[in-house]
Amino acid sequence: MDIKASDRFNINSQLEHLQAKYVGTGHADLNRFEWAVNIQRDSYASYVGHYPMLAYFAIAENESIGRERYNFMQKMLLPCGLPPEREDD
Amino acid sequence: MASLDPEIAKTQDERKKMEQELASLSSLTYDTELYGNNRREDYVQSIPVDDDEDNADVMDNEVARKLASYTAPKSLLKEMPGAGADLDTGFGKSQRIIDREDDYRRRRLDRVISPARHDAFQMGDKTPDVGTRTYADVMRDEALRREKEETLRAIAKKKKEEEEQKKELEEEKGAGGGVATQAQPSQKRRNRWDQSQDQQGDESIAKKAKSSSDWDMPDSTPGIGRWDATPTPGRLGDATPSARRNRWDETPTPNRANDSDSTPAAGGVTPGATPAGMTWDATPKLSGMATPTPKRQRSRWDETPATMGSATPMAGATPSAAMTPGVTPVGGVDMATPTPGQINMRGPLTPEQYNLMRWEKDIEERNRPLTDEELDSMFPSEGYKILDPPASYVPIRTPARKLLATPTPIGTPLYQIPVEDRTQQFDVGKEPANGLPYMKPEDYQYFGVLLNEENEEELSPDEQKERKIMKLLLKVKNGTPPQRKTALRQLTDKAREFGAGPLFNQILPLLMQPTLEDQERHLLVKVIDRVLYKLDELVRPFVHKILVVIEPLLIDEDYYARVEGREIISNLSKAAGLATMIAAMRPDIDNIDEYVRNTTARAFSVVASALGIPALLPFLKAVCQSKKSWQARHTGIKIVQQIAILIGCAVLPHLRSLVEIIEHGLNDENQKVRTITALSLAALAEASAPYGIESFDSVLKPLWKGIRSHRGKVLAAFLKAIGFIIPLMDALYASYYTKEVMFILIREFQSPDEEMKKIVLKVVKQCVSTEGVEADYIRSDILPEFFKNFWVRRMALDRRNYKQLVETTVEIANKVGVADIVGRIVEDLKDESEPYRRMVMETIEKVVTNLGASDIDARLEELLIDGILYAFQEQTSDDANVMLNGFGAVVNALGQRVKPYLPQICGTIKWRLNNKSAKVRQQAADLISRIAVVMKQCGEEQLMGHLGVVLYEYLGEEYPEVLGSILGALKAIVNVIGMTKMTPPIKDLLPRLTPILKNRHEKVQENCIDLVGRIADRGAEFVAAKEWMRICFELLEMLKAHKKGIRRATVNTFGYIAKAIGPQDVLATLLNNLKVQERQNRVCTTVAIAIVAETCSPFTVLPALMNEYRVPELNVQNGVLKSLSFLFEYIGEMGKDYIYAVTPLLEDALMDRDLVHRQTAASAVKHMALGVAGLGCEDALVHLMNYVWPNIFETSPHVINAVTEAIEGMRVALGAAAILNYCLQGLFHPARKVREVYWKIYNSLYIGAQDALVAAYPTLEDEGENVYSRPELTMFV
Repeated sequence: MDIKASDRFNINSQLEHLQAKYVGTGHADLNRFEWAVNIQRDSYASYVGHYPMLAYFAIAENESIGRERYNFMQKMLLPCGLPPEREDD
Repeated sequence: MASLDPEIAKTQDERKKMEQELASLSSLTYDTELYGNNRREDYVQSIPVDDDEDNADVMDNEVARKLASYTAPKSLLKEMPGAGADLDTGFGKSQRIIDREDDYRRRRLDRVISPARHDAFQMGDKTPDVGTRTYADVMRDEALRREKEETLRAIAKKKKEEEEQKKELEEEKGAGGGVATQAQPSQKRRNRWDQSQDQQGDESIAKKAKSSSDWDMPDSTPGIGRWDATPTPGRLGDATPSARRNRWDETPTPNRANDSDSTPAAGGVTPGATPAGMTWDATPKLSGMATPTPKRQRSRWDETPATMGSATPMAGATPSAAMTPGVTPVGGVDMATPTPGQINMRGPLTPEQYNLMRWEKDIEERNRPLTDEELDSMFPSEGYKILDPPASYVPIRTPARKLLATPTPIGTPLYQIPVEDRTQQFDVGKEPANGLPYMKPEDYQYFGVLLNEENEEELSPDEQKERKIMKLLLKVKNGTPPQRKTALRQLTDKAREFGAGPLFNQILPLLMQPTLEDQERHLLVKVIDRVLYKLDELVRPFVHKILVVIEPLLIDEDYYARVEGREIISNLSKAAGLATMIAAMRPDIDNIDEYVRNTTARAFSVVASALGIPALLPFLKAVCQSKKSWQARHTGIKIVQQIAILIGCAVLPHLRSLVEIIEHGLNDENQKVRTITALSLAALAEASAPYGIESFDSVLKPLWKGIRSHRGKVLAAFLKAIGFIIPLMDALYASYYTKEVMFILIREFQSPDEEMKKIVLKVVKQCVSTEGVEADYIRSDILPEFFKNFWVRRMALDRRNYKQLVETTVEIANKVGVADIVGRIVEDLKDESEPYRRMVMETIEKVVTNLGASDIDARLEELLIDGILYAFQEQTSDDANVMLNGFGAVVNALGQRVKPYLPQICGTIKWRLNNKSAKVRQQAADLISRIAVVMKQCGEEQLMGHLGVVLYEYLGEEYPEVLGSILGALKAIVNVIGMTKMTPPIKDLLPRLTPILKNRHEKVQENCIDLVGRIADRGAEFVAAKEWMRICFELLEMLKAHKKGIRRATVNTFGYIAKAIGPQDVLATLLNNLKVQERQNRVCTTVAIAIVAETCSPFTVLPALMNEYRVPELNVQNGVLKSLSFLFEYIGEMGKDYIYAVTPLLEDALMDRDLVHRQTAASAVKHMALGVAGLGCEDALVHLMNYVWPNIFETSPHVINAVTEAIEGMRVALGAAAILNYCLQGLFHPARKVREVYWKIYNSLYIGAQDALVAAYPTLEDEGENVYSRPELTMFV
């Protein structure tokens, strides 16, 4: 099926571009590490965003809620440690 | 739908709540900088796409009120018509800006893009280069020009006086004096010539190195400059200076890249920046032998000592050779036959010129001498002998060259006959190389260079840069959207690399192109905007240039152009800074041209709003007090006015200082300054209303004193200011000041001046509406004179007067009551002038609508009805809605009191329904629909029944407009008296309507379908089922109507009919209709099926529908699927009971080979999933999901779109986690194509429900250093 001029600028062709504007979205060349980083950050963001979750973790770890929040935010910096060496072949 | 499950209701509630939250999050923010601080509600918030839409909305409301509504999907209702087709036929209006401009706006083309100026910031204390123009230079030029203007004016005045004297003498002496009169001026002129010659000599020595030139000068002095017109070849012998101005003078040419190369750059001016030196460099090139013009040109010649050697170039000097090396000497635009080769070398080419040229080219082509080969092919090979041409023969081909080639008495030295290049075809235009967009003929002069196939590497770096910019600009101007986008980005990114000079020297002339279109201007302005942002302080030398091309946008009639212009100037002032802006614009403030001052004032107001009023206040203060010229004061005060208009209530903090700055202008010696001061005060007061009266304290006295001493225009302006200031006052003061001004106003009531009349009316309106002004005072002091002077026939003739008078009178009526006003004008309803009657009627209509009719006593009521009937019957003109509305308004206001007059009114209507003129019949029918409700109130049902019968008889009407109105009237009557009492009975009426449904006229269709729908809704039982079936067939056609309202009404009517006669028969019709070939028709049918299903519950329709799917025919099956899709969209939560029933069908469809099957089924699944989210149908949905999922690899845009949406629907219904599990299998698939698709789905899932995914991500094992696990989730208390 050949692509018509009208299709070239329709939503489908732009979808990926639109998606790429959001932090945390992925693409075909994403590796395990990068995806894991996104997952971790999303998780921490979620924990911080939901107060009951924070409270739950605070009880479990015997920390104050504020401390928990701070810890989570800090962990978002390098959630999985340094990126592994790229084995470019 | 009434018996919803509580469960469903709960879900609905929740959903609503969520939607509200979403709405508040996604609400728009309001950019105060761009739109000013006016209330956002005042703006149109969306632009209607087509006019149709508006009508439709009105219709919608009506329909919504009358019929409980069913809806069809918007996409469908909108999809139908193909009305847009005629847009492309090329008969649309011209897009060019110049075609819609008036003469005043066109003066923008007279302005000249001045060369770059000295940037004091960058240069620091260094003495500016000799060539750069400093502020002082510009100011000096300006002063010179003013002086010249004044001298010229003085001369003209003197001449006139002399002439008058002569005339007097002549009268005394008789015919003898005539000769002297003629001799005198010519003598004078010669004198001037000599004088300037001397002056020139002096000054040329004095200013040899100085570059005071009159670059900026618009060629506005006819008579002097005409000498340079003489030397054109065509008029060589014409020694007498003709009165006609040379075209060189008239058209300031934006850019002549080729010529600029030859400009001797003694002035240090950049090549591209010498756009307007037309007269200057044109002269020598054309002739070289004529004595150049004295005076006006003087300084220009001074500038070129190097080339010229002598300030008075004589015939021998011939700069042409030196100045145009290698360039074919070209004639002017007004040369008889321009050579085609000039295309890209000359001044701006108007389309007319272009056409003329093309035509000439064509003729030339046909008349060209035959070549040897052609002759050979024409003649037989033997019997002819080829003779050698005489040795002295040189072929001459075009008249222009003939002229140039013939030795003239003075001689045309160093001219060479150009070599003709036959291979080029100029009017076709060379194919622009390497992917450049198409070039319009007008573009050649700017972009022609790009067509020269030279090797880029051979060019100098500057030229290469120039080419590069040119290419990018051409792409922006004429390219396709992607080309444009990349070019724009490149221009922006490389702006600093290119440099401000080369960029603006190319962009700005393009904007002065006379054939520019709106779209092109928009794009170029956009380029400037982007580039400005990047260049920042580098733009300083070019501020004035930019302003020259952008300022005209500020007075463009197009709102968006004005906004764009403001944005650019605002950005420009932020980039260049206040000091530069002031330095650039200061000389224009007392420019002799009013156009320049006007646009400059507007530009200054934008600068003020961009950089803040306080920053500009000291400057404004100085300008407004300028002693040097009244123009400066005038412009200064105008700036204040424009500021007030532009920024509205944001002037309030600075109100007092602004008023203080301009207040002395009220006593200025110049009348124009006094006028503009008053107007500025009016603008300030209007902007600050209702606050800020304290700030105007100081001007109250001069204003109120002024109105006693002034007359005419100034008085009008003063009154306007007062009119705006009074509403700001407290009640007490307002009353006092109103009384003070009123006697002047009353005096001016008699003014014959139209402008004054309008202002007086406006001021009266403003005074009267103020709180402190008592009704008694108005009654006794204003009304008698007001009515005597304004309520005259003449006022009705001018549209603006008419409107203003109606408004003012309505405002007065709001104060003094209905009876006073209506009592005074009611007699005029019988006036013999129709426009006047119409004005009276409109006023009465508005007054009565505002205030009701309770004040009207029996006598007045009688007069009123009598007058209205008279006016209604006597109307002849076409735009008679005024009378109709007036009649309707009065009758509705009087309500039951109108009962005694109804027989008379109905008599009139009946008589007029029988009139010969279609218009009259239409109005009569329209009137019935207006007064039907009141007739019912008055208990005149019998009369209405009678009217119904009369109307019924007129259903054979042939004029569609009238027929539409008659149907409307019938509808009104049916609505009011109900189905049972209707005469003629419904069973007779409806069969008459069925054939009318075939009528293609919109108004007829609309009214007819409304009426039929109404009957189907309320009185279906009066008509046989068979008749309804017949109507169903007709309705199918109407689903294709262009107007949305009609389609909607049709769809509703289907619902009603199905409800009335049961779905079986209707459905059978519809299902049969699925087999037709026409797509449009099938689409309409599917909508109708879904509507029937919604009206009569899905279970009545689904079995038949699903059975139809068994027909082995593509169209039918697709139709069924589409119906299902709509059906599930409409029924929403109700769908939960039917999912299991249709699942097998959908299974089949989703596995079908046909793409469209799968697409439509996917969209049905989407609607289904969205409808039943949270209602416990997950099992069926997961099952369907398994059928949808394999389709994710489809590439057809519609199919993949439907599939993605179905998956999104599933995300809502099943939860993000479930979909994530589907995704995980492919995110890291070895095949890239697979990964791409899966990530796309993952991404839309992620964007839709990021938070929900946290709990569902897979557990990843740690890898060495890297921790992938999420221990928090395993915590347990």
